[in-house]
Amino acid sequence: MALTREQLAMRVAQELKDGDYVNLGIGIPTLVANYVPEGMAVMLQSENGLLGMGPFPTEETVDPDMINAGKQTVTAIPGAAIFDSAQSFAMIRGGHVDLTVLGAFEVDVQGNIASWMIPGKLVKGMGGAMDLVAGADNIIVTMTHADRHGNSKLLSNCTLPLTGANCISKVVTDLAYIEIRDGRFHLLERAPGVSVEEIIEKTAGELVVPEHVPEMRFE
Amino acid sequence: MSGFDKVVQDYAQAMAGLTDNMTVIAGGFGLCGIPEGLIAQIQKMGTRGLTVVSNNAGVDGFGLGLLLEKHQIRKMIASYVGENALFEQQLLSGELEVELTPQGTLAEKMRAGGAGIPAFFTATGYGTPVGEGKEVREFNGRPYILEESIRGDFAIVKGWKADRYGNVVYRHTAQNFNPLAATAGKITVVEVEEIVEPGELEPSQIHTPGIYVDRVILGQFEKRIEKRTLSQA
Repeated sequence: MALTREQLAMRVAQELKDGDYVNLGIGIPTLVANYVPEGMAVMLQSENGLLGMGPFPTEETVDPDMINAGKQTVTAIPGAAIFDSAQSFAMIRGGHVDLTVLGAFEVDVQGNIASWMIPGKLVKGMGGAMDLVAGADNIIVTMTHADRHGNSKLLSNCTLPLTGANCISKVVTDLAYIEIRDGRFHLLERAPGVSVEEIIEKTAGELVVPEHVPEMRFE
Repeated sequence: MSGFDKVVQDYAQAMAGLTDNMTVIAGGFGLCGIPEGLIAQIQKMGTRGLTVVSNNAGVDGFGLGLLLEKHQIRKMIASYVGENALFEQQLLSGELEVELTPQGTLAEKMRAGGAGIPAFFTATGYGTPVGEGKEVREFNGRPYILEESIRGDFAIVKGWKADRYGNVVYRHTAQNFNPLAATAGKITVVEVEEIVEPGELEPSQIHTPGIYVDRVILGQFEKRIEKRTLSQA
């Protein structure tokens, strides 16, 4: 069975380390915050200028001056810091954020990512995505393995305009955990009950499949 | 110290000197921390052909959306403009030009502009449409693109408190682009919730020192929330 959005977030959360500063994109990446392993502390960075993002506020604590990068009202945890946008992107572009999780339309075997623009459709902008992919060493892309018509999103060459070049090495999809290295995809894990054949069939770029492909484990 | 008193009494004084085809840098992230009264004054003045530099373009009927309503913006430099139907219409009709700029690059363009740095190299945007036509240089084996900084004829800024000398502090995430915008205007106007006397703000806690600020005005703010999200508890 393909992973649900929640399971996908759970698998990504297993990559977190105690003491990590983490930037989570909009969508599935946001859900990762719900599955931080017990006894572990991570600090969430929101690129509008907040390090130490907390949960959504209550009716009593909601404050229009307190939002996240998705423009949602949020809170700050004790020990949080708030700063301007240049400071925020100095953290991101300077490589100080330990882990970045974001979605994508396409990735390819060179580690290129396309996530912001579909020609012919209205372009809303890249926001902070280009800075995040250019600045972080440790990025996990989360997305479905194929689009809704069954077309692979793991390609030999991205077809859409790029968000960043040669910057992605880890992809967690609803079917598999894939590493990008030496110009190829490497299959590390498969979703429980998903066959290696299905993953091969839905991966357009060159895929290296080891003899034994373990299933993802969920507690 | 009257020469340092930056406080003006009305919005006409606050935006005096703004004329057609000028560049205006605006602070704010979405609708958070935007200079509501200064934007309304620009709408009232009817100034046209403006280039507006701001992370976002407001929403229909609020924020910079007010200037779109009156067709006052010719060009928008922003990182994300997806919350505005009027923007979309004017873009598709060719009336409005947009230069989409990565958010960190936009912040750095303002910071560098204010600091007298004409351009800088960044990895952001290399190999993407943003990097097309820009100078590329390798440092330590990695390619970077050259981005030029931005200065505005005016910067319009939303602060929390300012003293009469134009020292400003911001509140929570309403800080965002505001301190950067404040450095990059030939004329910087700050609209605040409270004006205090010099000495009342702790000097080491000031975000924008008064040297960057030309005018301070006391404003009234609606502080509209774009996405009101509450926890279930």
